[in-house]
Amino acid sequence: MKRVIALLMENQPGALSRVVGLFSQRGYNIETLVVAPTSDPTLSRLTMSTEGDEKVVEQITKQLDKLIDVVMVSDLGSSDFVERELMLIKFKKDSFPEDSFDETNIVSNNEEIVNVQIIGTSSELDQLILDTAHSNPIEIVRSGPLGISSDKNTLSIDN
Amino acid sequence: MDNSYKSGAEALLHSLHLEGVELMFGYPGGAALHIYDAIFNQDHVEHILVRHEQGAVHAADGYARATGKPGVALVTSGPGATNAITGLATAYMDSTPIVVISGQVKSMLIGTDSFQETDMIGVSRPIVKHSFLVQKAEDIPEIVKKAFHIATTGRPGPVVIDVPKDFTDPEFKFEFNYPSEINMRSYKPAQAGDSSRIKEAVDLIENSKRPVIYSGGGVIQDDASDELIEFAKLLDFPITNTLMGLGAFPGSDPQFMGMLGMHGTYQANMAMHNADLIIAVGARFDDRITNDPKKFSLQAKKIHIDVDPASVSKIIHADVPIVGSAKECLSMLIQEIKGRDLKINHAELSTWNKQVSDWRDAHGLNHSLLELGPQNGKILPQQVVQSLYKETEGEAFVTSDVGQHQMFAAQYYHFDKPRQWINSGGLGTMGFGLPSAMGVQLAYPDATVACVTGEGSIQMCIQELSTCLQYGLPIKIINLNNAALGMVRQWQDMQYGGRYSSSTYENSLPDFKALAESYGHIGIKVAKFEDLESAMKECISLKDRLVFLDVDVDPNEHVYPMLEAGNSMDYMWLGKDKKTW
Repeated sequence: MKRVIALLMENQPGALSRVVGLFSQRGYNIETLVVAPTSDPTLSRLTMSTEGDEKVVEQITKQLDKLIDVVMVSDLGSSDFVERELMLIKFKKDSFPEDSFDETNIVSNNEEIVNVQIIGTSSELDQLILDTAHSNPIEIVRSGPLGISSDKNTLSIDN
Repeated sequence: MDNSYKSGAEALLHSLHLEGVELMFGYPGGAALHIYDAIFNQDHVEHILVRHEQGAVHAADGYARATGKPGVALVTSGPGATNAITGLATAYMDSTPIVVISGQVKSMLIGTDSFQETDMIGVSRPIVKHSFLVQKAEDIPEIVKKAFHIATTGRPGPVVIDVPKDFTDPEFKFEFNYPSEINMRSYKPAQAGDSSRIKEAVDLIENSKRPVIYSGGGVIQDDASDELIEFAKLLDFPITNTLMGLGAFPGSDPQFMGMLGMHGTYQANMAMHNADLIIAVGARFDDRITNDPKKFSLQAKKIHIDVDPASVSKIIHADVPIVGSAKECLSMLIQEIKGRDLKINHAELSTWNKQVSDWRDAHGLNHSLLELGPQNGKILPQQVVQSLYKETEGEAFVTSDVGQHQMFAAQYYHFDKPRQWINSGGLGTMGFGLPSAMGVQLAYPDATVACVTGEGSIQMCIQELSTCLQYGLPIKIINLNNAALGMVRQWQDMQYGGRYSSSTYENSLPDFKALAESYGHIGIKVAKFEDLESAMKECISLKDRLVFLDVDVDPNEHVYPMLEAGNSMDYMWLGKDKKTW
């Protein structure tokens, strides 16, 4: 099953390669990966999704936690959380499926091309791709999901 | 002194001094030359010039394993750095605390494919506990402080500091301040175990009928041998050590079952398979122990104590996981046991101990092989190890390489003290024995240090014979010469129909006696059993000289017991035609 893991790491050169390298080194899959600095510029937040059972995810989080540059790790799926992903889709104007989108989705529009943006859970985006396949989108770009827990817990060093 | 102005190179050396480093091993080259000049201009840290960077890292590793203090190696960029890689991987797999400093090309040249440039941080990433690329000279003291802190605490491991040449420039000086302590928000290794888990563990101990203590290298790393002995004696449970854990519990004590695993003793493997409780301390259930994990000791509950949370329940599910240092957790267990009116079923335990003893009587190792004399006119490799044990009265430091000789040394030399047995257990690095013995001998100049090796392994770092002459290291090299890559040959015998693909040398071996003499040492050749013990006596008695004892041993001898692959631990080969199933 798909699992979303979030972590805070030192915003330092080489830190990301340690995280990514760990996955290939230990034979885990990374399905998606999003990384950006946090409001504290010394820290980056990284969100990844991976496939694996309970035991594999436990190993992944422990191994990630062991990396010296990693400050905190959270398996978001261990409690309720909200997941959102951004997707951009490019259609030819003449085959743009107008009924599937409203004005707020359209981010560029000219004589030839319409680009739309959609935000939703990864499975909602999967569904939308299926639903619009008959319109032959010419490019689809996905960000990979971000996640945040639904309760008062935060992934933060201030806790 | 601490606040004077220093260059990056001087700051590096002074930081090492403040970390208590007295000795480092290395090999100079362009990117490290500012550092070498700083070495020349100080007298706190002695530098040992090796003959190959692999030797430098193994020597630092051997020093660390024998002393418990971090070992230090210094190499140059490019090939110097890549030659250090095998040494780093060796230390990583066995969790030894070493710090490897690599010179790097000038910072402005990084990424330009300049002369002797290698991305050392990238190349070493999967085989280090952590690494640092120095970004400015002023960062050097703090990086050194962090490097030693990380290498030596928690589950120890190698740390690399990659230093671009311009940050060691003697012309650029800065005010030197050494941090008195380090607090890293991202690194806080566990110490004490969870006290409720300790209670659960003792509950299981009380209810066990067939318990086994299985301890590994973590006990040695953590200097927890005294606690382990007290714990085992308090309970009178049978105990086994992994290859990395030998010496943590006295090898000659009757309570000790010997090593377990791939080439473990019959009684240790049978006890593990039939146990109803396994107490694992500082061991990690690796594949050389468990055989097929799905069939591993199915009746046993497992208590797993390890300082590395990721090791617990990685291979084998722990019923009672205890994350913390071996020393601390064993002390807590001892306290809990002493604080209780411990309800152990002594009748059951004594039946179990009797069972272990019966297994030992049935198929245990024969520790009196010397009395048998030559076998088919040949010397058995095991007899050489027994002769070494006898002659050194069990008190030598023994390093080894990898293969049959390593297993014979582990099986037949009874290690009574921790840190006495030094080998590459995890990575299995041929070439480790001689350079690691240099580290041990430099740490303990008056001790007998024997390197039990084979004619294959010794040739992988034989150039260090020259280093041994330069620094007067009287290592005893015990070469079990079977004129073949023995363990490869054994597998070819057992699984490949005796087809010796590339495992023999077709009469191309050097005359090791002459070779040793050409390096300025003493060489002794033993071809007949009758000469073995007198030659061993002479070898060990030559206190001030390196002696290369080259012993022709039976090339047809195999290491037994040997676990049958893909099965449980009770499936063992006990001889060429003898198996347990």
